[in-house]
Amino acid sequence: MDDLSDILGDEYEAVIGLEVHCQLDTASKLFSGASTKYGAEPNSQVAPLDMGLPGTLPVVNRKAVEYAVRAGLALRCDVRNETKFARKNYFYPDLPKGYQISQHRAPLCENGELVVPIDGDPLGDGDVRRVGIQRLHLEEDAGKSTHLKGQPHSLVDLNRCGVPLIEIVSEPDLRTPAEARAYMKALRDIVVFLDISDGEMSEGSLRCDANVSVRPSGDEAFGTRTELKNINSFKFVHDGIAAEIRRQIELLEAGESVEQETRLYDVDAGRTRPMRSKEESHDYRYFPEPDLPVFTVDKEWIEEIRANLPALPAERRRMYREAWNVGRDDAGVLTGEPALANFFEASVAHWSGDAQTVANWIVNQWLRVLNDTGHTIDEAGVEPGEFVGVVELVEDRVISQNAGQTVLEEMITTGRDAETIVDDEGLRQMTDAGAIESLVDDVLDDNPEQVAEYRGGNNNVLGWFIGQVMQASGGSADPKIVRSLLQEKLDS
Amino acid sequence: MSRDILKELRAGEISSLEVIDAIIEAAQDDVFNAFVSLVDPSELREQARGADRAREAGEARPLEGWPVAIKDNICTRNLTTTAGSKILEDFESPYEATAVQRLRDAGAIVVGKTNLDEFGMGSSSETSHIGPVRNPADPDRVAGGSSGGSAAALAAELALGALGSDTGGSVRQPASHCGVVGLKPTYGRVSRNGLIAYASSLDQIGPMASTVEGCARLFDAIAGHDDRDATSLAVEPAGPGCADVLSEGVDGMTVGLPEEYLGEASRLDPQVRSRVEAAIEALEEAGAETTSVSLPHTEYAVATYYLIATAEASSNLARYDGVRFGRRAEDADDLAELYKKSRAEGFGDEVKRRIILGTYVLSAGYYEAYYEKAQKVRTLIRRDFESAFEEVDALVAPVAPTPAWTLGEKRDDPLEMYLEDIFTTSANLAGIPAMSVPSGTTDQGLPVGTQLLGPALSEPVLFRLAQKIFEQCNDEASGRG
Amino acid sequence: MSIAKTEVEKVARLARLEVEEKRAEKLVDELDSVLEYVGKLDELDTDDVEPTTHPVAAEHTGRDDEVNEGLTVEQVVGHAPDQQDGQFRVPKVVDE
Repeated sequence: MDDLSDILGDEYEAVIGLEVHCQLDTASKLFSGASTKYGAEPNSQVAPLDMGLPGTLPVVNRKAVEYAVRAGLALRCDVRNETKFARKNYFYPDLPKGYQISQHRAPLCENGELVVPIDGDPLGDGDVRRVGIQRLHLEEDAGKSTHLKGQPHSLVDLNRCGVPLIEIVSEPDLRTPAEARAYMKALRDIVVFLDISDGEMSEGSLRCDANVSVRPSGDEAFGTRTELKNINSFKFVHDGIAAEIRRQIELLEAGESVEQETRLYDVDAGRTRPMRSKEESHDYRYFPEPDLPVFTVDKEWIEEIRANLPALPAERRRMYREAWNVGRDDAGVLTGEPALANFFEASVAHWSGDAQTVANWIVNQWLRVLNDTGHTIDEAGVEPGEFVGVVELVEDRVISQNAGQTVLEEMITTGRDAETIVDDEGLRQMTDAGAIESLVDDVLDDNPEQVAEYRGGNNNVLGWFIGQVMQASGGSADPKIVRSLLQEKLDS
Repeated sequence: MSRDILKELRAGEISSLEVIDAIIEAAQDDVFNAFVSLVDPSELREQARGADRAREAGEARPLEGWPVAIKDNICTRNLTTTAGSKILEDFESPYEATAVQRLRDAGAIVVGKTNLDEFGMGSSSETSHIGPVRNPADPDRVAGGSSGGSAAALAAELALGALGSDTGGSVRQPASHCGVVGLKPTYGRVSRNGLIAYASSLDQIGPMASTVEGCARLFDAIAGHDDRDATSLAVEPAGPGCADVLSEGVDGMTVGLPEEYLGEASRLDPQVRSRVEAAIEALEEAGAETTSVSLPHTEYAVATYYLIATAEASSNLARYDGVRFGRRAEDADDLAELYKKSRAEGFGDEVKRRIILGTYVLSAGYYEAYYEKAQKVRTLIRRDFESAFEEVDALVAPVAPTPAWTLGEKRDDPLEMYLEDIFTTSANLAGIPAMSVPSGTTDQGLPVGTQLLGPALSEPVLFRLAQKIFEQCNDEASGRG
Repeated sequence: MSIAKTEVEKVARLARLEVEEKRAEKLVDELDSVLEYVGKLDELDTDDVEPTTHPVAAEHTGRDDEVNEGLTVEQVVGHAPDQQDGQFRVPKVVDE
């Protein structure tokens, strides 16, 4: 791996643990009934509790707990039957109550693991790293403060206050920036496939802090760690950690020591720098949240959530490849997004032939049509059954492959069904050999020179003849029949 | 208590408008400083006329036309809610507390917001931003606290019902000092939604009235589960409301007399002792058995209470930072200064003292020694009550060690003031209901209340006992009061 | 246990309270006497005692995920000491 050799050399080993925050895709906030929609006018999605009004009280959103349990189960965690909330106290303008309701001593989930592909093969055929999940707990998000350039002020928007988050804390099991990035991507896939988050790092739905230290290779003891805060893209997960590892190694090489502190990755400079705002020593004064009794997650509920857990990408890839004989790369593409995987699986259920044919159609035709028309699978409004209908028309040679693509496009843009489009657009293939033969005869009769050329040894003329016959049929002749009839007559 | 105006009102012998007019007249110069704010007289008269019409039409709701006063740490629409603090002096809540909404739904008329110790932190109602409440029985004396304004308003007949809040005795002690009835309900029985938090695991809104029946009717109106308060209890005790069981008497009940509250060691003022003993006699005469019980951890209650209450308060009061509402210091250069100065200017000394103590006991290195230790002792105090209630239906105790003291007397020694709560904090720590019922007066005419405590959800039992004491002691005391 | 003045100052910083010099002296004495008093809890052996967070345990099963609350922007920022463009205005926040 490039980062291992480039940055670490043989002498050092990095130790990385990630604290990932993931926004849960609930309609309302974790403790209030305000909307969580992203991108609304500032301070337009604020309930009295979210702005810390006196006398307001939190009430837990049951759906958020369900989503967190889903994530915990997918990460093979133990789920606690009785979970407790705690207050984390600190002052900040985007924290209206002066404390964040989080979990401290009795987190919802603990002791899980995630298996991450680490050799650059995202499909997991190569080496993997088992990353321990120390804990997964629920907490509320803070608001947003925006610094006004050139002014001594910041503006505070509280829309994000109280949006449910899960914090997933890994063990310090990661060793390279690439592994950290792969871990983040694997987590993103999981939360997206579990349908609990949109996993968008660009919108802040997924973000992470990294604990980074280095130590001489072979050492057991950890080096002094720094915390890299607010990482908001997959690229920066890699680049920020790489920069921090490089900085720490340079310090050690120069005989200096690493100071335990909180740092930020400066994207423009490609370096990390210490955070200025956290100069006061932190003392969060955690204590049990008196406004929230113990929250019971009974066994029946956990089992119900487990039973309804959507299959994860790795599991689905395995099924596609092993049970359905789908090619490795196609299986990778098809499990890129849950909507795509769901569409594929539903299509296969409608299809009587081999799954690879459907896979080909989705990967080679359907994705192109979606891209050309600018639609997502859900927006396109074509049901898997309808899609399979088009594939069948092509496979039964009722229409040509190209016509199949046209039909799909027309289905999206006009909403008509496939049969209607085939008829309206005259896309039905001419498969009657007799009718095609008379067209072939006409073309051969009209072009004696080209016939002579072909018979003189120029096989390239065959393509020209096919074109002429297709043109004569108005594009509807089955090209396979045209080709075989032409060859038959020219070679005789 | 020459007249029972509530009874007359319910019987239609006097109109709501007459009652409201008398209150408007009397409240004009609020000599006891009971109110922080009052509703506009024309609006009050309008509501009173509406209540009278409903009564005439035979559509009177349970509290139709009752003028009630609300402690100013309970949120109301259309009136400021200041918690007695400069930091909230102009604060208007965009929503209303569940308990207030339930009073209005039952027909009550909110007349104003009552004075208190800042954020409910005190036992004398001397620390609000508008100055001390005076005791109607003797204006040179405190009304008790922190719900002193609610108690004084009732004693001065400026309201016929009131809401207070009780974190360590703040309903019961002023009720005792002013000669009115006050209940601290079972924790979770009345929604805290809209109550400005002092110490969330101890706070309860409590009803107060001049009579036991009035207090019971208020309680019946405000009690019950609320989806907006996760600590609110879902269990509804079966059977009729508290107001309907008052006449059932106490024959056959067993009442415990805790040694730690009534024994020699409790250093009870002799006059207070004699009134409490009179209350006990009244219960015995009415057919209740009495027996001695022990609550061995009583002496630790005040220390436990102050650790837990200040810790929770330090967190609950962090939101007053001058950013979103309330007072902001003018000359702050940076964020740290904005916070420090706004809070230094906005909070009074006692509030600051408690925030500092609470922050200290939660801070790294002290959590286990102080906060968690207190939470464990809290368990021991709870168990004391649990074993006592295996033997008896309820307990009788004093509310406060002395009658009301003179204004300013204890302002300089916080610890001395804290010890004033010695008989009241245990009920909050254990979450059990407790009430103060007037039991006559001292030789100087100062009211003294007796405290009744029962197991969780035993409010109906407490009201039955209170009714007997109220009938006996106040007939007997009427010549003196 | 006796509390040092520097400790009181540290706690005051943590609680974002400005404490004047002459007030700080008095506060140290007051806190000392309160801490001495609460020290009496040490007389009790609580090793095997569970802490009580909620005096009466309510059963909390949460609420449904419904959007049913929300203030107007005017209600949110209307009473703020300082606001601009529908947002709260505060002295510069660094590193955000």
